[in-house]
Amino acid sequence: MMTPETETELAETVAGAAAPLAVCGGGTRGCDVAGEALSTRALSGVELYESGALTLVARAGTPVCEIEALLAQSGQRLAFEPMDHRGVLATDGVPTIGGVFAANVSGPRRIQCGAARDFLLGVRFVDGTGQVVKNGGRVMKNVTGYDLVKLMAGAHGTLGVLSEVSFKVLPIPEAQATVRVADVDLALAVRVMSAALGSPYDVSGAGYDPDTRSAHIRVEGFAGSVGYRVDRLCAELARFGSAEQLDGSAELWRGIRDVAAFQGCEGDVWRISVKPSDAVALADQLQAEALQFDWGGGLVWALVANGTDLRARMTVPGHATLVRGSAETRLRLRQFQPQPAPLAAISEGLRAKFDPRGILNAGLMG
Amino acid sequence: MEMPSPNPAILARKAELAARLSAVLPADALIQDEVETRAYECDALTAYRCPPLLVVLPRTTQQVSEVLRICHQEGVPVVPRGAGTSLAGGALPTADSVVLGVARMNAVLETDYDNRVIRVQTGRTNLSVSGAVEEEDFFYAPDPSSQLACAIAGNIAMNSGGAHCLKYGVTTNNLMAVTLVMMDGTVVEIGGAYLDAGGLDLLGVICGSEGQLGVVTEATLRILRKPEGARPILIGYDSNQVAGACVGDIIKAGVLPVAIEFMDRPCIEACEAFAKAGYPMCEALLIVEVEGSPDEIDHQLKLITEIARSHNPVELREARDAEEAGRIWLGRKSAFGAMGQINDYMCLDGTIPVTELPMVLRRIGEMSKQYGLDVANVFHAGDGNMHPLILFDANKPGDLELCEEFGAEILKLCVEVGGCLTGEHGVGVEKRDLMLHQYTPEDLEAQLKVKDVFDPQWLLNPAKVFPLKVTEARRVGGVAAQ
Repeated sequence: MMTPETETELAETVAGAAAPLAVCGGGTRGCDVAGEALSTRALSGVELYESGALTLVARAGTPVCEIEALLAQSGQRLAFEPMDHRGVLATDGVPTIGGVFAANVSGPRRIQCGAARDFLLGVRFVDGTGQVVKNGGRVMKNVTGYDLVKLMAGAHGTLGVLSEVSFKVLPIPEAQATVRVADVDLALAVRVMSAALGSPYDVSGAGYDPDTRSAHIRVEGFAGSVGYRVDRLCAELARFGSAEQLDGSAELWRGIRDVAAFQGCEGDVWRISVKPSDAVALADQLQAEALQFDWGGGLVWALVANGTDLRARMTVPGHATLVRGSAETRLRLRQFQPQPAPLAAISEGLRAKFDPRGILNAGLMG
Repeated sequence: MEMPSPNPAILARKAELAARLSAVLPADALIQDEVETRAYECDALTAYRCPPLLVVLPRTTQQVSEVLRICHQEGVPVVPRGAGTSLAGGALPTADSVVLGVARMNAVLETDYDNRVIRVQTGRTNLSVSGAVEEEDFFYAPDPSSQLACAIAGNIAMNSGGAHCLKYGVTTNNLMAVTLVMMDGTVVEIGGAYLDAGGLDLLGVICGSEGQLGVVTEATLRILRKPEGARPILIGYDSNQVAGACVGDIIKAGVLPVAIEFMDRPCIEACEAFAKAGYPMCEALLIVEVEGSPDEIDHQLKLITEIARSHNPVELREARDAEEAGRIWLGRKSAFGAMGQINDYMCLDGTIPVTELPMVLRRIGEMSKQYGLDVANVFHAGDGNMHPLILFDANKPGDLELCEEFGAEILKLCVEVGGCLTGEHGVGVEKRDLMLHQYTPEDLEAQLKVKDVFDPQWLLNPAKVFPLKVTEARRVGGVAAQ
């Protein structure tokens, strides 16, 4: 595995590559492709952290845990709550901040405060020719030129290898609490979550677990305000079922974030993004062995028998990503949902411009 | 302002082009009379004007597609236009261009409270999007100062922000899907009423591309339930530095106000004279707004007041009711109008790291003396988005040029301290020639490649965003290709 230690070395490595490269950070997110492994893990270290400006700049290979520990010292955090894929994928290794942004990984709080891409302020990357490019910066509002920052977030290294990321961080709220609405089916749970998310109580998480038939609603903020909002939510959601406050819910939300329910289970794991109100129809269509719901019903995790083409069963609008599956299945079904022809042509055009030799995670995204 | 010379071959074919366009448009949707096209010669950057060859005002995506297909075949540049409120000249035509205005496409297509989204045609004004969902107590969060007039199309083109984006983000964070018409007339749908459109984040790169990648005719926007209440507090200080330090301390303390607005003395004086909001006369004024339930508002304001007091304010005024809240915002909201009454002004919008505020304000003050032009500062302090207003006299020969030179120096300073040229207005023609201060030629080349993919002939919104020299080969190649 090649592990360049500086951006210059990274650029030289890419420029000098004679064959396709399998680009990764810590290699924990299961984006394996053919090619010589190139990891940014040795490009590590926080370069700038200004808590008063809510911004942090780090080299792409910096471990996420290192960043979270540093932020916690100042009472701040990565508010988009990036999922840790190691449990569900049974991978080991150290997740990197570059990997988080390259894969645009967000958690339950995405519905309230945005995705990883919404927090990414600036990037430096090496394109497929070995050219170093920067875009964006380290300020929160920046419309200077085209937003390649967004384009790089979620590109999974196919347009360039991230060398440095700058992003927005937020304060850790004083308190967190969860309301559980028990004994509801999926259709009712979606209505519960929709009512909560459409309330003025600033909900920061809304998930449903079919195994326990429980909808969970999270609020965060100053202690007094959290108490008030929990009371209001309990009162307003009581029309759907018994609503009560849960104690010690941090573990619960980590489980929702990391799809703990599917860890260690046999089968392929799919991640589907749909309109929340389509969750019920989707659940019928999928005939999955198990389902988990986040984002008010808009994020559906499905566990199915190995090799199942889940997309063939899905007729509601949205997109499905194969998160866990054998190499054969990933090759046959593709990890990412194929796009309609005109969009596929644009994406192909962009890849051809940024990676004319087709050496960066070739074939991963189309 | 240097603009590319119009292509004589296009000018000579005006009648043929008009005939082809009129065949695909309703009778009142094509403007070719020179007196009438003059209404489209500029946007809110009025210093630069150029009437276009023709103006089209389609009513449907299909008509937009037909217009673009014809212009593509004819090799004619197209300048997309929302409501024409750009302060950066984002909709400045060239003499050989067709202005494509979406103002007549202003319908609400679908309102979906269960999924918290609204789908609109993009000619709809920003404020009227919120207006459409107000009865259910919902709103659309991005709130540029021009929200009464500006169109969603322009908001998407410039990735517009506003006073409340510290909490709610800017346009790109609230945009879920678009219908995009490509320059060759192809209509594509990107995203949906679900989160994180699949594949590459094309939505992310289209938002803020200043109408150069395609024409967005429909948009799905995230709508939010209104908070229970909001209340501002007004804090006065006798120095900009202290006010800047107070902003930093509020953020560090873990309070996240929805807005932190900053005004300096010249701005306070102008606003007071214009709007009579009862502002104290001091060096720096902060308006901090928080949201939530009544108790939550009280709690946050208490914390903010404690921080503010530790910096010895000369004034601290909490709004006790809606009327007082209105008065606190009154001056700030009329700032631009107030400045317009005293003078011609140029409004900049460079962004800086919040920590650099005191230093940058001091340097702007020094430069103001050096150039002999007054500056008033009013800006979104929470996110470092500055709005220095440089006052000048448009009738005095040389004053505009001096003002532009001064403005460029301020923007270069913003970049030097780790910020950027524009936080929410866009580059347009105004800041085009400063792009190489922020980006290397290689950085810009990466952006040009995106344009190459979407609009290979470089016909959409010509001569914006990038220095003309940088794009020359591509533009000449594009026009020659017709």
